Amino acid sequence: MSPHSDSHGHGHGHHEEHNHGSLKSYTIGFIISIILTVIPMLVVFNGLMSRTGTLLVILVTAILQLLVQLFFFMHINEGEKPRYNVMALVLGFVIVITIVAGSVWIMSFNSVVQ
Amino acid sequence: MLDSIKDFAADFFVTGDPLIYGADVSIALVSIAIVFVLTYFKKWKWLWREWLTTVDHKKIGIMYLIASLLMLFRGGVDALLMRTQLALPNVEFLQADHYNAIFTTHGTIMILFMAMPMMFALFNMVVPLQIGARDVAFPFLNALSFWLFLMGAMLLNVSFVIGGSPDAGWLSYPPLSELSGSPGVGQDFYIWGIQISGIGSLATGINFIVTILKMRAPGMKLMKMPLFSWSVLSACITILFAFPILTITLALLFLDRYFGAHFFTLDGGGMSMMYVNLIWMWGHPEVYIVVLPAFGIFSEIVATFSKKTIFGYKSMVFAMMVISVLSFFTWVHHFFTMGSSADVNSFFAITTMAIAIPTGVKVFNWLFTMFRGRISFQSPMLWTMGFIPCFLVGGATGVMLAVAPADFQYHNSYFLIAHFHQVLIGGVVFGYLAGIYYWWPKLFGFKLDEKRGRWAFWTWNIGFYVCFFPQYFLGLDGMTRRVYTYGWDRGWAALNFTSTIGAFMMGIGFLFQVWQIAYSVRKGERATGDAWGGNGRTLEWSIPSPPPVYNFAVVPQVKHADDWFHVKEDKAKGIERPKQQLEPIHMPKNSAIPFVMASFFFLVGFGFTFHWTWMIIVGALGVFGSLFARSFSYDVDYYIPVDEVIETERKLGRSY
Ligand code: HEM
Ligand SMILES: [Cu+2]
Repeated sequence: MSPHSDSHGHGHGHHEEHNHGSLKSYTIGFIISIILTVIPMLVVFNGLMSRTGTLLVILVTAILQLLVQLFFFMHINEGEKPRYNVMALVLGFVIVITIVAGSVWIMSFNSVVQ
Repeated sequence: MLDSIKDFAADFFVTGDPLIYGADVSIALVSIAIVFVLTYFKKWKWLWREWLTTVDHKKIGIMYLIASLLMLFRGGVDALLMRTQLALPNVEFLQADHYNAIFTTHGTIMILFMAMPMMFALFNMVVPLQIGARDVAFPFLNALSFWLFLMGAMLLNVSFVIGGSPDAGWLSYPPLSELSGSPGVGQDFYIWGIQISGIGSLATGINFIVTILKMRAPGMKLMKMPLFSWSVLSACITILFAFPILTITLALLFLDRYFGAHFFTLDGGGMSMMYVNLIWMWGHPEVYIVVLPAFGIFSEIVATFSKKTIFGYKSMVFAMMVISVLSFFTWVHHFFTMGSSADVNSFFAITTMAIAIPTGVKVFNWLFTMFRGRISFQSPMLWTMGFIPCFLVGGATGVMLAVAPADFQYHNSYFLIAHFHQVLIGGVVFGYLAGIYYWWPKLFGFKLDEKRGRWAFWTWNIGFYVCFFPQYFLGLDGMTRRVYTYGWDRGWAALNFTSTIGAFMMGIGFLFQVWQIAYSVRKGERATGDAWGGNGRTLEWSIPSPPPVYNFAVVPQVKHADDWFHVKEDKAKGIERPKQQLEPIHMPKNSAIPFVMASFFFLVGFGFTFHWTWMIIVGALGVFGSLFARSFSYDVDYYIPVDEVIETERKLGRSY
């Protein structure tokens, strides 16, 4: 393929260059993410733990879930030199932390009022 | 049997208001007229082949443009209805509930279904041409984004005649938007309309980030990229991180309404202020998403019409990137009055004021660019000149609102209404109109008539100030937003009446623009490739107007920022760039899947709105079927042979 003709590049013709994961890695990722979903569901539906314990389980499985998605489906560890994906990830984390920590800080007015 | 049909229809269709019957009749007439015209002129095939299945970014841009102008019309009619109701005390034109529905649809439509698609229209019309690409990175996804937007917009718009409009405000705060406060289907139309078009917006954001990062012509380093493309990049980065927040927030509201969850309800441990907190994490970045591309447009126009390089290119880029990140840290200024701690309010007051700094830098750069330039005042430049003072005042009143303790006075008053219309109309609408005027000749091959354009500009501008300046004083006099009527004893009559006159002036301005387009279609001056007197500076002006399907017969080799300007300058000195060899051009094929898939999405949304499980299932199967069909289609591209390229270029007056 000539360098010009693929300049509208809709991804066609690049299959040899990048490895987009194998069926095996997708299946493993899928199974792990299902397990990570089922655990908190069981804990919540059956009331297996105290309030703090439940929250902790949800939090930990959520973070693991995030990592599974990033590595097994989004191939965060692959890619070329200008690491746009790493930059995006860092910004993403900054914003996620802002959302979570910001909300806790802002909404804790409830305890002030009550 | 007949009775049950009657019952169903009485529920299904909105009844009882002459305005609605009027809308029913006009919708029916327009639909019949469209079907008739298409059949009579045998245009169905043409419509399908050239538009409904196209993946060409230029055509998709034009469809976005048409849809957004229609939405501007609908939102504008809503605005005039409201201003008519408020013109004098105790007018009995709209009832309270009808007024609620109208300000809700007006706000939702103007932001999500007018500003966003008009922005996407400009992305599509300009970015690939400006960076020397032949299409966007994912042309199929681009078409899908458009159809998802359109189906989402239709879903919200049919609520006017079917089922009933949403009426809990443009951001639908709970508990009012919960089942307890809004038992009707309007709120579900709202949720699904926004969710479906939201998928499209997110996909467009990703598409243009990739396009800009990966598909620039060889030699165009990021720091040589035109400022409009930079503004698109910054807006898309903001879209990428902001829209998921909106999706999640509305999904939680949906769970509350559909499955009886308690995220935002008053009972069952719900927290309705959490919704407000979450939705503004999207809402504030959203206003920067729509204004950043306007900044980019002004930068292009100021440089072209002052015939100078933009002043402070690097600081412009830096300012836009800072704005796009900083915009995530100011959201609380929309609910200072919630009564959070003083620390919280102070922090967000300061971040809000900090954003004014990069914005100020940009304004100074535009002024310095114009300084000692030989400025010509054609339409695009006129709207830019209209923007600067308007946005300055809007920004100043914004800083006033950012003073947290003072906001307890301004909050939800007409002062706020005046402020945000000043930045949204003066910044966003003027900006996009300037961009449309500027790139119109490029896309359509003819210019818009200047004389009618001037009339439109002056009626819009004067109308704007007549409409919104009185509202600052109304706000200070205690008039709150979302009131549908008021008494003589308030002393608000004169200011309100003035405001209504201004609103109708803007309506007349819009009519001038319609006339301007209709007139120019027949009599407009033909545009050359470098349509603005040969003063174009960026790559889009180097190709014919309108451009051929493949945009660039050969992909340009870029050496400088404002490359086209340098090419022309070199040519004047007798230095020609070497001619490049033509090669077969690789292009994506049209596809019906985006249109079909988005239609199934419409069914899903409609089904959820009315709790019709069968329709949800049909829609969902259709969506998955479309995904499946796409995954297994391999015949998705083709080559345009060199002979055909030469022939096309010859017809456009260019030889190879
Ligand atoms: C064409 C001129 C326009 C006029 C005359 C106008 C007029 C109005 C009026 C009368 C209201 C209701 C105020 C109230 O009762 O609280 C309103 C609300 C609103 N407008 Fe506009 N408007 C115009 C253009 C726009 C544009 C271009 C946008 C956005 C891009 C916009 C966004 C909004 C929003 C978000 C609301 C708040 C809706 C709500 O309270 O939920 N408007 N406008
Ligand atoms: Cu804000």
